[in-house]
Amino acid sequence: MAQEMRSPIESGCPDGFQYMHPVMRKNYGQWAYHEDIRPGVLVHVSHNGDKIWTVRAGTQRILDLFTLRKLCDIGDEYGEGYIRFTIRSNIEYQLGDEAKVEPLIKKLEDEGFVVGGTRNSVTMISHTQGWLHCDIPGTDASGVVKSMMDELIGEFTSWDMPNRVHITTSCCQINCGGQGDIAINVQHTKPPKINHDLVSNVCERPSVVARCPVAAIRPALVNGKPSLEVDEKKCICCGACFPPCPPMQINDAEHSKLAIWVGGNHSNARGKPTFQKLVASGIPNNPPRWPEATAVVKKILKTYKENAKDWERMNDWIERVGWPRFFELTGLPFTKYHIDNWRGARNSLNASTHIRF
Amino acid sequence: MAKNTYPTPMLDELESGPWPSFITGIKRLRDEHPDERINAVTNGLLGQLEHSYETRKGYWKGGTVSVYGYGGGIIPRFSEVGDAFPESKEFHTLRVQPPAGNFYTTDMLRQLGDSWEKWGSGLVTFHGQTGNIMFIGATTENTQHFFDEINEYGFDLGGAGPCVRTAMSCVGAARCEMSCAHEHGIQRWMVNNFTDDVHRPALPYKFKFKVSGCPNDCQNAIERSDFAIIGTWRDDMKVNQEEVKNYVQKKGRQYLIDNVISRCPTQAISLRDDDTIEVDNHNCVRCMHCLNVMPKALHPGDDRGVTILIGGKRTLKIGDLMGTVVVPFKKLETKEDYESLQEMAEDIIDFWAENGLEHERCGEMIERIGLVNFLEGIGIDVDPNMVSSPRQSSYARMDGWDEEAEKWFERKREEKQAASA
Ligand code: HEM
Ligand code: SF4
Ligand code: SF4
Ligand code: SF4
Ligand code: SF4
Repeated sequence: MAQEMRSPIESGCPDGFQYMHPVMRKNYGQWAYHEDIRPGVLVHVSHNGDKIWTVRAGTQRILDLFTLRKLCDIGDEYGEGYIRFTIRSNIEYQLGDEAKVEPLIKKLEDEGFVVGGTRNSVTMISHTQGWLHCDIPGTDASGVVKSMMDELIGEFTSWDMPNRVHITTSCCQINCGGQGDIAINVQHTKPPKINHDLVSNVCERPSVVARCPVAAIRPALVNGKPSLEVDEKKCICCGACFPPCPPMQINDAEHSKLAIWVGGNHSNARGKPTFQKLVASGIPNNPPRWPEATAVVKKILKTYKENAKDWERMNDWIERVGWPRFFELTGLPFTKYHIDNWRGARNSLNASTHIRF
Repeated sequence: MAKNTYPTPMLDELESGPWPSFITGIKRLRDEHPDERINAVTNGLLGQLEHSYETRKGYWKGGTVSVYGYGGGIIPRFSEVGDAFPESKEFHTLRVQPPAGNFYTTDMLRQLGDSWEKWGSGLVTFHGQTGNIMFIGATTENTQHFFDEINEYGFDLGGAGPCVRTAMSCVGAARCEMSCAHEHGIQRWMVNNFTDDVHRPALPYKFKFKVSGCPNDCQNAIERSDFAIIGTWRDDMKVNQEEVKNYVQKKGRQYLIDNVISRCPTQAISLRDDDTIEVDNHNCVRCMHCLNVMPKALHPGDDRGVTILIGGKRTLKIGDLMGTVVVPFKKLETKEDYESLQEMAEDIIDFWAENGLEHERCGEMIERIGLVNFLEGIGIDVDPNMVSSPRQSSYARMDGWDEEAEKWFERKREEKQAASA
């Protein structure tokens, strides 16, 4: 190309202060307390009495330009032009004027957005990319989330849960969706099917071999050509070999299932942060609306809501009542797959007579 | 409007129901956007996605695409079914670093939207799980044009590949009474001192910084970052006893006992007969629970700093790991404090770059070599705050005991001297 290429300006992460509401800039580090006025609305009060109102709303996360501009129009006409996004992709409008709160809520709701997602609600499900634009997904996180939020919307707009509920989804076993009070993740159940014709062309074999967590892959000659073979007895069907070697086809229309995990909690509040634990698997990956997965999630939420005490997160509640009770109350089966055999698994076994009758 | 649109009977089912529908949004771009390029690319995308829904398979593959001067920041997407859906056969995602704290004015959002309208599909997400603005869907050529345009007004690509990734911080001091740190300043200071490592992937694997202003860790830093920086305090928490009494008045004594006093993980709070409370601050582990329940009455103390945990990550390859405390408390006030934090990160990244295996996260390396070897590698002394409990197994060689014990006493003497100086 004759045209000279432009060198990048390596400016990195931009300064957020230039886009911050002036009341927030003025009171930076000076906040005294906040109150939750209604689901989706917070007011923060500064030591000098200044107040900032926040209105939080759920969106479709994959925003088209029409929707992005609509959200901006709403922010200009009904808000004060300042926006922030939460870690779970909710949109937040900041207001210095209380009188704008109600009209803004009404406008957002009239336009189909959902005000809520604060305090002890089920907030927006954080999700990954899936079939829409990832190269290794077993499902479509956006579709799972849309279907589920359609049914959980009443929990987004209310404060009926014992404590906040964070749900996540991931569309492969790398789980980039993260820990959740409830997590809905792909679970493969069969070893990868190897397309031997392609392996020799596209894969760096030693690095694929190194990727396997259980050393189940070995180099092999197949039909006289260098390829790979999997020890299917050892294989744990994790799919780690698939990203570096697409011919190791792990995704399967029938055998890639969904599993549900509960009790992941990032916060240090009360107990230390916890990882989520398996409670259900074998759930069909059933587009376009994944009704089976939603049914299990609703069952868990209902049981939690009816049985947990105020301020108990999912993990706090289960720790108090015990896992046998969790399975009894939810009616979910307890199977041999619930007993861990990965490294450190002994720590998850009951080495005591602490048993609830 | 695209002339012949691919039928999408399955996706159409995602247009019903009360939650906003991403399919409806993509269809609007296909049917109503004035630019035929955008109509076509979203038509192809919907066609391919419908095909995925029918067959329950994904059809994107990676490749190599980057902008001039950088090695990462773009997630290349080439379609495996590009013959059937040629309109979206190149559909790359640009990862762009958001302003610290995820703040925008509507003007800036519009400007980003306008640029994306010129060069991309019109689809964008605020934000991906790592924290980038994800501009979804550009051709290889337009990737460069789009980047050039937004880079001129202050936006830069994030990381992709084995490199330092885009960092994140919670809303923090901008709007949270729990904040014990200057989250956005720390985030920018750290990640912007590693721009070379963001843009030119050459590390064993990814490396993430995340900052939360207090132990509530809204940013999920402990579990989701290699280098978690969490605000905390070490003097006494502030108690407004009048507000405690008000709380009892409003909610009842029993509620306070059940929800605050007995939920404290270290039994550090007691309720007095006059409905005020007493906090055993030496035994409070700064879990935040009581502050969360009574935000008007309880506040972090004034002697603030950060705790640093290293090595959090998700499942691949050895299973999920939380970060481990490596620095229990560090002041972050002066320029020197910030510089020493940066130096520590440099030491860690250098040590890991040298000792980590290919595709091994920092936390996995620590698991493999042991925390002590890691600490010796980066020159940090052991501290009982780094463990939940001391060793349980006697199978270890301990012939250096006397010297190690002397190191501890020496350090204690120095601390004492420093404190009295
Ligand atoms: C090869 C294919 C992969 C693709 C295309 C991919 C794509 C992505 C994308 C687009 C995001 C969100 C990024 C953002 O916010 O900018 C993400 C996040 C993430 N990915 Fe991947 N990823 C891949 C492989 C992996 C692997 C192998 C791991 C395992 C270690 C992994 C772990 C994660 C995690 C843990 C996050 C989110 C973590 C956080 O909160 O920062 N990904 N991935
Ligand atoms: S969870 Fe897996 S498939 Fe889904 S976006 Fe993340 S890396 Fe891709
Ligand atoms: S699926 Fe996982 S366990 Fe099985 S061969 Fe691939 S990397 Fe190894
Ligand atoms: S981590 Fe703490 S300081 Fe940051 S937003 Fe959450 S509660 Fe506030
Ligand atoms: S912050 Fe946590 S540990 Fe400290 S007193 Fe409150 S409840 Fe107890």
